[in-house]
Amino acid sequence: MTKIRLTASRLLTSAVSVALLALAPVVHADALQDISKQIKQGQYPQALEQVDKYLAGKPKDAQGRFLKGIVLTEMNKPNEAIAVFSKLTEDYPELPEPYNNLAVIYAQQKQYDKAKQALEMAIRTHPSYATAHENLGDIYARLASQAYDRALQIDSSNSSAQNKLALIRDLMSTAGRPGKITKPITDARPVEPVKLAEAPKSAPATAVAVPVAAAPVAAAPAPVVAPAKPAEAPRPAPAKAAGDANAEITNALDLWVAAWSRKDVKAYLAAYARDFKTPAGESRSAWDAERQKRISKPGAIQVSYENLRISVDGDKATVKFRQHYKSASLKTSSNKVLLMGKRDGKWQILQERIGS
Amino acid sequence: MSRLLRSLTIIAACSLLLAAGAAEAAGKAPRHLKKNAGEPAVAAIYTDSGPEPLLAKVFDAIESNRLEVAMQQTEMLIKAYPNFRLAHLVMGDLLLARSRPLMAFGEGGGPAAGEKVADLRDEAIVRLKGYRTKPPADYVPRYLLQMRAEQKYAVVVDTQKSRLYLYQNDHGTPRFVADYYITQGKLGADKAREGDRRTPIGVYHVTSSLPRQKLGDFYGSGAFPINYPNDWDKRHGRNGHGIWLHGTPSDTFSRPPKASDGCVVLANQDLDTLSKSLQIGLTPVIISNSIEWLSLDDWQSERTSLLKNVEEWRQDWESRNIDQYARHYSHKFNSDGQGYQGWIEQKRKVNAAKSWVKVGTGNISMFRNPGNEEYVVVTFEQDYRSSNLSNQMKKRQYWIKEGGNWKIVSEGAA
Repeated sequence: MTKIRLTASRLLTSAVSVALLALAPVVHADALQDISKQIKQGQYPQALEQVDKYLAGKPKDAQGRFLKGIVLTEMNKPNEAIAVFSKLTEDYPELPEPYNNLAVIYAQQKQYDKAKQALEMAIRTHPSYATAHENLGDIYARLASQAYDRALQIDSSNSSAQNKLALIRDLMSTAGRPGKITKPITDARPVEPVKLAEAPKSAPATAVAVPVAAAPVAAAPAPVVAPAKPAEAPRPAPAKAAGDANAEITNALDLWVAAWSRKDVKAYLAAYARDFKTPAGESRSAWDAERQKRISKPGAIQVSYENLRISVDGDKATVKFRQHYKSASLKTSSNKVLLMGKRDGKWQILQERIGS
Repeated sequence: MSRLLRSLTIIAACSLLLAAGAAEAAGKAPRHLKKNAGEPAVAAIYTDSGPEPLLAKVFDAIESNRLEVAMQQTEMLIKAYPNFRLAHLVMGDLLLARSRPLMAFGEGGGPAAGEKVADLRDEAIVRLKGYRTKPPADYVPRYLLQMRAEQKYAVVVDTQKSRLYLYQNDHGTPRFVADYYITQGKLGADKAREGDRRTPIGVYHVTSSLPRQKLGDFYGSGAFPINYPNDWDKRHGRNGHGIWLHGTPSDTFSRPPKASDGCVVLANQDLDTLSKSLQIGLTPVIISNSIEWLSLDDWQSERTSLLKNVEEWRQDWESRNIDQYARHYSHKFNSDGQGYQGWIEQKRKVNAAKSWVKVGTGNISMFRNPGNEEYVVVTFEQDYRSSNLSNQMKKRQYWIKEGGNWKIVSEGAA
């Protein structure tokens, strides 16, 4: 009933190969490329066989598992496909594609609420992910259609609301999205396949293949995440200690903003020191609970800042900036002041207030 | 950008809806209601059990561009009232607005649904209007002039507002209890003919109770027939029958404001609540086009003035002075074909044969007719004793105002 729209198929030939080269030895990349080709040609049983073989050697490989999910979807084995994509979302919660494809399958099963949740997760990880937005729009249209049916006691199953949802064919389709989340936030973590999709941005595709070939194991941090942090670069080089502190503070701020934006309450609260002074003098646990409630509300949150001014005084710092906040129900810009302090070697928030 | 545009368009659509409702409300609300609009009506606490408070919040949220909030509230509304079609329609709009711009209320329902969407739009308007223009606590419907002691409650319906108001008899003073959304006849009010799909306007009472088991699902949780056509209706040649207060089908929370064949339809849960207050053969059901509200002071003076006239009529009858007695009767008087002259002449003859007359009037009730025909139905237990005859009967009189004075235009056994 739902037709799966092939999107990003052009990427299958170009971006896929580049990224796959970056992530695995050439042999594996070839194998994956072959599987992609088989999928494209509709040779699903063969593709399944190949991908199983491939995964036997690399059971955790995200790219291989993703392709397997595609094959299972095409073979009309939705429950198995759901299992594959669900596991991927657990192992790689920052990847939007498995969420998107889960949503497509849920939508085929008319489980629109689940589909909606999955797409919202995809968008939460990548707020500007166009396909997920488009698909979410379609899901809303279908939910709307159901609502209208209930309201008007009509059967609109053959009405125009039946748009097609796009199944993502490869993990690279988000390559063009702004690198918001792949910024400094991720450089603490081991490199994951998707990040490599950013590679073409900083260097021509052919150039990327070279360092990877030299170091076939994808364990080394990819060059993409290494560039100088913007906050750091233009600074007129004060004392080295202060420069370090500034960088550390900026980094802590970025992590805090990113955690907030992706609604990761745990990481968000971790930005606050144990002796954080709550704004209304309430208990820390009460404040935590309130923040948790606020942040967990449905809908995407986007937080960013500009005009950052840091003044460090020993192991304390006053951090001023203009904060832009956008949620489903609220859009604000305000001046914010954070009093930060070093706790166990980490800069954490001691006080937070609005104003300048 | 496109998101912003979407928000803007749905706002435009829903403001249209609300603007229409507000304009209608402003135009029709009685003066004193407006005057009191700022005061918190004590009455408000009672109706908060219905969907209106949440519905009002939904539209407020839409109007202030808090669509996420609007959707949450609508979800709550649907959870509380799963078969509330209006809520589903609003939900459809809110969802659809996320995927494409909307130009009109319920447009996603498709062209074929135009009439149904219009019905739901009307329902939204009357529900919000009913919620926002509640009668102030110190005002009463003009029609409830005097309830008998055993009439514990009275029902007053406003067809234009699609609202039913329940009043309790608090030692003679009507006290507001609750109000509910209702559906009236497909073609409105002022029933005159069988099958005209209109709801009658007048003073009626509940005549029986039909339990759910004896009815089809269409009538919901029960039915309470009323005595249309009443004496007055019959005298004016109105016919038809089977006007009931009843519930809704099990898959329907509420029907559009104008949808029945003349019956007054309530949501099942409302009918269930209301039924606890209905006394068979006793509870007045007054159906009005648009309720006239009186301040308690005005109501009291109107009531006192009429009671005084009834009392004078009683005394004048006892006096056996037929001219005194006759001044209470209209020249348009008619009782079972007997006109004014005949009636008075007969009384004159009867009185001449008596040496004394004692008349008692107990348990008086007085209800004003809500229609264009201005009259008050006065009912009481008449205890008549005289030198040669005594009898007790239940009497009904129709009083009208003629040249500024109250006159009896019809009289007979109730």
